[in-house]
Amino acid sequence: MNTHERQGWSRIEMAQKVAQDLPDGSYVNLGIGIPELVADHVPEGIEIIYHTENGLLGMGPVPEPGQENIELINAGKKYVTAIPGASYFHHADSFTMIRGGHLDISVLGALQISKEGDLANWSTGKPGAIPAVGGAMDLVAGVKNVWVITDHVTKDGQFKLVDECSFPLTGKGVVDTVYTNLAIIDVTENGLQVRELAPGITFAYLQEKTEPKLIQ
Amino acid sequence: MINKLVGSDKEAISDIFDGATVMIGGFGEAGSPIELIHRLIDLGSKDLTVVSNNTGSGNVGIAALIANRQVKKMICSFPRSTNSVVFPELYRNGEIELELVPQGTLAERIRAGGAGIPAFFTPSSVNTPLADGKETREFNGQTYVMEYGIHADFSLVKCQTADRYGNLTYNKTARNFSPIMCTAATTTIVQAKQIVEPGEIDPEVVVTPGIFVNRVVQIVKPEHESILVANQDRYPR
Repeated sequence: MNTHERQGWSRIEMAQKVAQDLPDGSYVNLGIGIPELVADHVPEGIEIIYHTENGLLGMGPVPEPGQENIELINAGKKYVTAIPGASYFHHADSFTMIRGGHLDISVLGALQISKEGDLANWSTGKPGAIPAVGGAMDLVAGVKNVWVITDHVTKDGQFKLVDECSFPLTGKGVVDTVYTNLAIIDVTENGLQVRELAPGITFAYLQEKTEPKLIQ
Repeated sequence: MINKLVGSDKEAISDIFDGATVMIGGFGEAGSPIELIHRLIDLGSKDLTVVSNNTGSGNVGIAALIANRQVKKMICSFPRSTNSVVFPELYRNGEIELELVPQGTLAERIRAGGAGIPAFFTPSSVNTPLADGKETREFNGQTYVMEYGIHADFSLVKCQTADRYGNLTYNKTARNFSPIMCTAATTTIVQAKQIVEPGEIDPEVVVTPGIFVNRVVQIVKPEHESILVANQDRYPR
């Protein structure tokens, strides 16, 4: 496979797919990376409140150039804005929202997802790597729905949807849905259930790129 | 008369002793009390255990404190970030200890430490390497891991507005860990941009009640870590 040729949905289309599935009125935490794109694609008329775990509910878009405030940032330490009706709070309150099950949806990136919904997204466990976890373990432990948005395979073509994660876990049995460039896949009691295939992607091709057996 | 205002940042931190546990507020540079940290570098206290979400950037602030070999151990959730070079190098060389804690667990351990709660059970990190060797227990069919509260000798935080009682308000996402750190130290030391008379902060909007604060020093124009890093500034200069 030519790994430079992108198949299926683009990253923006993946973000659009997630955005279209957010129920009106949801409280949502978007992780760093592709998940951040989701906010730009929420359909007109749908109101979503974004939480950023460093202490802001009601996060708005990136500020206009020159309007950045060093003390108004998101969890990725990027400059953001606050919408009218936003609130600031300290970290214990922020993680009360997360761990206490008050947030509806957490959208995260992934290194690996297992057939049982185990997630590995914080460390490759390589010697010499500096381990850093942030809020990922709290998000997957506490938020009602955990959605993963990720390329279907790694840059060098390795499986990301695997029978068992080889990287250290972020949480066990925590993922509800996986949005990749090839498909949308729900984690069910029976296994990985394909909900939607990207244009031009066959089920057989998807299965080839996925280690666990998929349900059509 | 109660007056927690002190004359200088140097005086405010002058009793931080070797081997102390020091909580430092901030998430990245937002809320990082950079002047207090730089005075701690001037003071030179060694073998510190530092509790802070990150390990700083460039060669200023927390990163400079680490580079000055004053920190024996970091307790944090995210010890690397853009422009973070000092900690990774020392860690790879085995010259600094790291206790990696999920961010919400770190917050709750600080909150518990301030609230007189020695330990608690959390679902975060169950079935991951960060729960290895820790006590677990089932409640309602779910597994939880026991985590200990953290209490420090000193907390260093930055706020927006303070009065002589130590009542504090913060600015935007610079609040982050500071209110809970104020509760969890024997001595809480605050740098405030603005000092007002008691009563000028509406009691309804006080974020940290003065009882949690021991010393306040006014720093009218705090330096900005990102600007110092962009200018390749170092501390000590």
